[in-house]
Amino acid sequence: MKHLLSADQLDRDDALLILDAAESLARISDRPVKKLPTLRGRTVVNLFFEDSTRTRISFEAAAKRLSADVINFSAKGSSVSKGESLKDTAMTLEAMGADAVVVRHGSSGAPHRLATSGWISGHVVNAGDGTHEHPTQALLDAFTMRRRLCRSEGDLAGKRVVIVGDVLHSRVARSNVSLLHTLGAQVTLVAPPTLLPVGVECWPGETSYHLDEVLPDADVVMMLRVQAERMNASYFPTTREYTRRYGLDAARVAMMPPHAIVMHPGPMIRGVEISPEVADSARSTIVEQVANGVSVRMAVLYLLLGGAEAGASEALATRRAVTEEVARR
Amino acid sequence: MNTLFTGVRPYDEDGADILVEDGVITEIGSRLSKSGAEVVDGDGLIALPGFVDLHTHLREPGREDAETVETGSRAAALGGFTAVHAMANTEPVADTAGVVEQVWRLGKVSGLVDVIPVGAITIGLAGLHLAELGAMADSAAHVRVFSDDGNCLSDAVLMRRALEYVKAFDGVVAQHAQEPRLTEGAQMNEGERSAVLGLRGWPAVAEEAIIARDVLLAQHVGSRLHVCHVSTAGAVEIIRWAKSRGADVTAEVTPHHLLLTDDLAETYDPIFKVNPPLRTTADVAALRAGLADGTIDVVATDHAPHTEEAKDCEWDVASPGMLGLQSALSVVLQALLELEEAGGPRLTWREIAERMSTRPARIGRLADQGRHLAIGSPANITLVDPSVRLEVDRTALASRSRNTPYAGRTLPGRIVATVLHGVPTVLDGKVRA
Repeated sequence: MKHLLSADQLDRDDALLILDAAESLARISDRPVKKLPTLRGRTVVNLFFEDSTRTRISFEAAAKRLSADVINFSAKGSSVSKGESLKDTAMTLEAMGADAVVVRHGSSGAPHRLATSGWISGHVVNAGDGTHEHPTQALLDAFTMRRRLCRSEGDLAGKRVVIVGDVLHSRVARSNVSLLHTLGAQVTLVAPPTLLPVGVECWPGETSYHLDEVLPDADVVMMLRVQAERMNASYFPTTREYTRRYGLDAARVAMMPPHAIVMHPGPMIRGVEISPEVADSARSTIVEQVANGVSVRMAVLYLLLGGAEAGASEALATRRAVTEEVARR
Repeated sequence: MNTLFTGVRPYDEDGADILVEDGVITEIGSRLSKSGAEVVDGDGLIALPGFVDLHTHLREPGREDAETVETGSRAAALGGFTAVHAMANTEPVADTAGVVEQVWRLGKVSGLVDVIPVGAITIGLAGLHLAELGAMADSAAHVRVFSDDGNCLSDAVLMRRALEYVKAFDGVVAQHAQEPRLTEGAQMNEGERSAVLGLRGWPAVAEEAIIARDVLLAQHVGSRLHVCHVSTAGAVEIIRWAKSRGADVTAEVTPHHLLLTDDLAETYDPIFKVNPPLRTTADVAALRAGLADGTIDVVATDHAPHTEEAKDCEWDVASPGMLGLQSALSVVLQALLELEEAGGPRLTWREIAERMSTRPARIGRLADQGRHLAIGSPANITLVDPSVRLEVDRTALASRSRNTPYAGRTLPGRIVATVLHGVPTVLDGKVRA
């Protein structure tokens, strides 16, 4: 694997390799010295064309824990705002010797363009592109589910995951639908019909317009952010009506099975899609997701930059190498 | 200037020699000879009336970095065209007699193809006030086709007025059918693929709703309507229905909508971004069938040159549009081949000539273009070698721009010669200096 552009590109073995590596690397974070020398001398550029402090610092922490040099390139205040093209920015990074570019971009497909246009030779990691994909978010979500529901082992076969909210504009939803399907989970998307894309019927899983009907069977309920601007574009009448029909409050949580967890990729809008008491409850994995994000991104950088080009036997070797390296330090 | 084309097969029928004298076909027969005439050996080549494009963007004035009348004319001649309609969305917009005459004169200076300016329907393509359509019709450019192409004339009252007004000079309104509110920020065909790719959808209904409205309007006021770049199966159905009711409506399809599908957006390479967008396999099948059965009258290229930087970027900031002139016939032949392979009808060369020459000339009211190869017809002729298949080389295009979506594809047919008013503009596949 040269790039991580989409969850869609990962088969079950790829995904499990990343999750298992992340599980090993997570132990680093529990130690007083949170660092491995694996990527010493390698340069990782965080190329962020959209504001996203949480994703950027998560990748930054991940790269630094692997001893990589990290350059943060934020489009705001850089030459991009003066009209420099993606191509020229990319070639600048190439000239500076970037081994990997972690890119967040408002245009769907921008990481694909970086990876396939020949502008740069390094690895490209998609940190969220437009309304397309956010593969590391899906990986960290799967990692979190696996920890909570499967003792950190194997895939997510048979688990019922309900994803609620603005699926139409959500790259998190797209990546999750794809990865969860790959890992054997059953996904149900819940949204008002206006916030489900035309063509969603071709996605794996089911859709529903009624949250209350699907909650009793859920193992995971993942809430997506709903931006107020969607109301202005008449995707729904008011945020109040949205919250009444699709918001997760204590009464709805009570309908879920006792073991079921509540997830949110953040940033959440308390009082709209999720009530504060639910967000702060023991069922909520929201803070855990942030911590897991660092481990998963370490695994991705490790495997792309430090590890082997993943073939089946090499995957095993890589898995062993990660475990050994963590044990050694 | 006299030229004798020997051994050609008009419409791929019986072999014959064609003698052209002073811009007119004077003899068709075997073993012709004429002292002093230049002899062009056309052995094995199919002779067709020169192609007429109803939909070309030549970009001049204003975007000479993307295309000029001269470079676009070269591409047209190499594509077998003897007339192209130059769309009005230039900078400044061709919404006055002055601008259309400028474009018309630039065409005359190049002399490689008849450049027929299209006049804007509304001032600045803004969709608010009618441009001086009569002045453009009466100008030296003799405008008969009016279009705000690039923009849809979405205001129903203004569309009605335009349809009515151009009747005074036998004009036609060519509509770019795109309901604007349904397509705000639209990037690709709305459907299964846009849902996965996260590119904002351009729904078929946005095209079909406007076409449905316009055919009803046109019939109500008894006017001619031409529908630009039909791209959906539903639009074909609506046009078929309108024709069955007797509406005076004509429609065009582009070569790219006959061949390419929306799965190409998976590359995120904006070379495949075009407006209206590439659609589904089912749409392509309906367009081919519509072209074959006459529901869709003509092929028009929507040749849309763009500079390198307009395409070498993210999908959603890239300009929509594809080159089309030079590859038009080959793409159409490939599409027709695939239609036939799928069990569809086989079009004769006569039928191809109708769709690429005769009918577009008639829609544009061009008296000396699109005429059948017959004694007394103006000598606008294209000679085609149907037997070769060639790989499209993006560096070998005459256009100033390079945005062909066909690079690397091997396509059938080659334009060997083009004759404009008796004068060869292309011989041996090269523009004659």
